[in-house]
This record gives sequence, C-alpha cells and structure tokens, in this order.
Amino acid sequence: MLLYIVRRLLWATVVVLIVLLLTFAVFFLLPAGDPALRFAGKSPTPESLALIRERLGLDQPWYEQFGLFVKNFVAGDEYGWPGLGYSYNSNVSVLGEVQERAPRTLLLIAGAAFIWVVVGVSIGVLSAVKRRTLVDRLAMGFVLVGISSPVFWLGLMALFIFWRQLGLTGGTGYVPITEDPISFFSHMILPWCVLAVLFAATYARMTRNSLLETLGEDYIRTARAKGLPERTVIIHHALRASLAPIVTMFGLDVALLVGGAIITESVFNIQGLGWLAIDGTLNQDLPTVLGVVMVGAVAVVIMNLVVDIAYAFLDPRVRYA
Amino acid sequence: MRETVLEVQGLTVVFPTHGGEVQAVSDLSYVLHRGETLGIVGESGSGKSVSSLALMGLLNPARTRISGQALFGGRNLLTLPSNTMRDIRGKDIAMIFQDPFACLHPMYRVGDQIMEAVTAHAKVSNAQAEKRAVELLDAVGIPRAKDRARDYPHQFSGGMRQRAMIAMALVHNPSVLIADEPTTALDVTVQAQILELIDRVKREFDMGVILITHDLGVIAETADTVLVMYAGRAMEHGPAREIFDAPQHPYAWGLLQSMPTIERRLEILVPIEGSPPSLVDIPSGCPFHPRCEYQFAPCPIELPEPRTLPNGHVDRCHLPDEQKRAIWFARRAEQLKVAQ
Repeated sequence: MLLYIVRRLLWATVVVLIVLLLTFAVFFLLPAGDPALRFAGKSPTPESLALIRERLGLDQPWYEQFGLFVKNFVAGDEYGWPGLGYSYNSNVSVLGEVQERAPRTLLLIAGAAFIWVVVGVSIGVLSAVKRRTLVDRLAMGFVLVGISSPVFWLGLMALFIFWRQLGLTGGTGYVPITEDPISFFSHMILPWCVLAVLFAATYARMTRNSLLETLGEDYIRTARAKGLPERTVIIHHALRASLAPIVTMFGLDVALLVGGAIITESVFNIQGLGWLAIDGTLNQDLPTVLGVVMVGAVAVVIMNLVVDIAYAFLDPRVRYA
Repeated sequence: MRETVLEVQGLTVVFPTHGGEVQAVSDLSYVLHRGETLGIVGESGSGKSVSSLALMGLLNPARTRISGQALFGGRNLLTLPSNTMRDIRGKDIAMIFQDPFACLHPMYRVGDQIMEAVTAHAKVSNAQAEKRAVELLDAVGIPRAKDRARDYPHQFSGGMRQRAMIAMALVHNPSVLIADEPTTALDVTVQAQILELIDRVKREFDMGVILITHDLGVIAETADTVLVMYAGRAMEHGPAREIFDAPQHPYAWGLLQSMPTIERRLEILVPIEGSPPSLVDIPSGCPFHPRCEYQFAPCPIELPEPRTLPNGHVDRCHLPDEQKRAIWFARRAEQLKVAQ
C-alpha cells in the first residue's frame, strides 16, 4: 500500500513538471506583446525596459528562462514559495493574490461538494430503489431541470427570490468566515446550492445507473439469500460497489472547479480564483493567469492522486495490480 | 419414512411482461425429505432456477405472480410477509449459486462475508462470528482457514469460492440447501469435489438438498430423487435409479441419450431436435409435443395427467405404459448397437 502511494506520488511530480513546461510554453513562446513593455508602465525608457528584461530574465535564451521559471517555482521567489512572479498590472505578487483568492474558491467548492454529494447520491439511491415509481420519475425530473438550468440564470433567480424578495439570505459578495461566521454562511448558502444543483443532478443520475447495474449482480442475490435486511443489501453491498465511478467523477469535478467556478463566482461576486483568472485575462496579465492555471493544474494532479488512493481503499483488487 | 422438510404443491410462477405473460413455472409439486437429494434437471429456461428463487422469495414481487403452496415447518413460504421470509432465508433454507466468481462481493474479505451471514440471524459477538466462519471454512476443506478468511474473493480459486459459498450457506445449520447449478462454472475435477462436499455436508448437517442442474451426470452421481422439467412443468418425477434405468417420458429419453459418457462418443449421441418453446407461448396440450417423435392425436390437444407407477415413478405422457417401456428398450438397444 505504501509503495503504491509512493509510486503515485512520483508520477504526480512528473505530471506537475510537464504541466509546468506547458505553462511556460504558453507564457514565453506565445507571448501577447512584450511582457517588459506591459510591466514598465505608461512612459518606459529604453533603460528601464532593459532593467525590467534583466530582472524578469527576458534577455536570457528560452531554456535559461525555463530554468529560472522552474527554479522560482520550486525554490520560491522574494514573495515566498512557490514563486509565481509579479502581476504586470498591479505589480504585486501573484502568489499573494492567489493566497487571498484561493480560500474563497476552496470554501465555495467544499460547501457545494458536500451538498451535491449528499443530495445527489441520496436522490440516486432513492430513485434506483424505487425504480419506475412516482419517486423515481420526480427525481429524474429534478435531474433534467438541474442539468438544463444555466448557472447564471439559476444564480440570479436565487438571489432575486431568497435575497431580494424573501430576505432569507445574504446577498452578493464575500465575508471571511473569521470575520463573521453567520454572515459567511448567509452569503455562501446560495452560491453553494446553485453550484451544487448541476452536480447533484449529474450525480443522482450516475448513482442511479450505477446502482441499478450493481443491483443486478450475482453477489447482491447472495446478500439477499443470506437473509440480510434490504437496507444493508442496498447500502453495504450495492452502493459500496457502485461508488467507483462516483469517486472518479468527484475527483475530476472538484479539481476542475478550482480554476473554473467562474460563473458562480461572478454572479455572486465572490472574487475567488475564477474571478482572478477572468480579471487577469481581460487585462492581459499573463503571470496572474498562469498563477491560476498552475493552481488548477496542481489541483487536478492532487485530486487524481486522491482518487487513485481512494480507489485502492475501495477496491481490494486494485492494490495488487 | 424420513421427515418431510419441504412440500411444494402446485407452484406456479408467472412474469407479466409487455410482450405477454411468461409462464415460467406451471403446477410444480414435489416433496423433499431430510437427508435426501432432489435433483431438478432440465434445459435452460425450463423453470428449474425460477422455481427455487420463488421458494426463497428472491423474485421481485412487483413483477412476479406466484401461486401454489410451499409448506416448510407448517408455514406456506409463498404467503409469508417479507420480513418473516428474510428470517428463514439464509437460516433455515440456504442457497448457493452457479457462478462462484460473481456470487461473492469482490470488495469484502471472504471471512467477513461469512461473518455477515452469521450475524444476520444471530446476536453474537464479532469474535464468535469469526470463530464460526473459520470453523466452517475449515469444515468445507479450505486449508489454513484462519488465514484464508482474511483473503478477498479474487485470491480464491473457483472451487474454493464455491466452498466458501457452501460454508456461508451452512452457518445456521439449515434444513434445506438449494444448490442452483453449483458446478456448472467449475473445472471437471473440481466439480466432482464440490458434489462430494455437498453430499458430505448433506449427511453431516442432515439437510434436504435440492440440486438444480442441466447435467444428468451430476444428477446421476448424487440425487436420490429426480424431477425432469420442461417448459415450466414436471414431466417426470421419481427415484433416481428408476429415471435412469426405465425413463417413461420421451423428453427424458432424449435427455439421457444426448448425455455423453465415457462409453458414448459424439457420433452416437442422439440430440433432441428443435429448441425449447417460448414461455410466453407454450404449445397447447403436452408442451413437448412439437419436438416429440412419438406424438399422436391427443398430444397437441390435451395436457397429459400425471400417471404414477406403483414404485412412485410419475410421468406426464399420453403413450400407454407398455408402449413406453418397449420404445425405451428399443432405443437403448439401438444406441448400444451403434456403439459397437
């Protein structure tokens, strides 16, 4: 087991290095204008441009630059570890920006993920067990609505109804949990639910299908033949075996959301990583965009690792493969 | 006379579907005694598995109509509430299945799965359940049972998995063991071991065994009584020796003469022409008549009533008894002649 985890960790490092190389290629080999020019402000002099080029390492050949890029990333720069450079616009550390924005996005994802897993899996189980009944049809109706509703529309409707009309929740914006926990929850509950709806719907459908397939397996008949209560048969035997595809999806969804909860963040004005990425893109602020891309890439790698390890725990057959 | 453990009377199982009603089992009756092996034999789709799943309450009640009686300990299994049936299932009546590769949960240790069978019907500590599990794994011939109990099913061979299934079935000393094609998925050498094991535990645990198979060879080795099913009906039913030596029904003749043995090579096997009927549209009269080379006037019209010979041998066929005997001896002689 330990060996398995170590092997996966080594692979993860290799993958991060490859992502680093690609990120670098995007940044330096396909530049949108001269980075030094953007960096230098309104009226650059040749001297200041040369200074900036030297400081950013832009006067070096590309492999030297890559070396510096990797070195900064791995060893850190003057703003700390990992080194992500400076924003061209605000001239502040990208790392600092990411550190400020990341908790917002991560808390948004964590809350939403909790809701969508609990709601989605429960609906899926209920719908599989009560197949072809009214419960099943209502559940699948919800799934269809959930999958087809655009997030921006759902978000605006939720804000309109629950905040403006009913006054039940906080509005847009973000309140740090350390500042005012109640206000934090009141502001986060709508984004959590709105982000969770789409995923809950997909997870419900996936759980239903996976569970129905498992319920036809011979070992489920064995479990029933033992005289186990139906609840044990469903949860302990069938759901356990149906979890693999759900765990896989979960890992990928969470990882992709780290850099991609953009619409939810925009509608609710949370200003997390997605907002940072949009802001950076609109201002052609490449280091900022790259910072978010790197965080997203690392999140994908980490979540893949987590999924692989979870798999090994879930299914004993994987451990010896 | 041995104690009767299970008495099935007029068991009928129907699956209503959009394409019509599937008449899976029709008017099936038999008696099972303690210490007896009843072999149920028939082609695929003859209703042999379905009849047992119906007894166990393992068919989806929403999509099945079951009638008739199955008396077990004075109660009719077919009308028991599902909770009461669950108490009986795995405790008084246990079942093992065809494919031991698919029948054990791939993600749980073999020992844990047996322990679960223990705790399903008895309030015992984990340690006691584990002790019982290891004891039974040992009893069914798993070497180093205590260590192997910690293995996962994929670390077991096919034969060992079926042994583990048998161990699981035995945890509560059931009165009836239903074995649904227990050897079909196994190597021939392992088949013999498993049949021997079933026979041994039948005696040790004093159970009645229902052995479902399409393989007459399996029946020949272990059954005391044989029931031949075709299209959901019992066509012939009697002591095993009788069925093998003097079968009464043309379908049984076909089954027996299509069975390869060491003396009978492929070229002298006599296949039964045609294929089993659709259970949505069972032929009128005797369901076997379209495939029967001896059919005559009443066969397509009237379902033959069961006829019982003095030795308890029952069959459903319109042919007169003397003629049946004559035809069977002639057929057997023919086959022996071709063999030489």
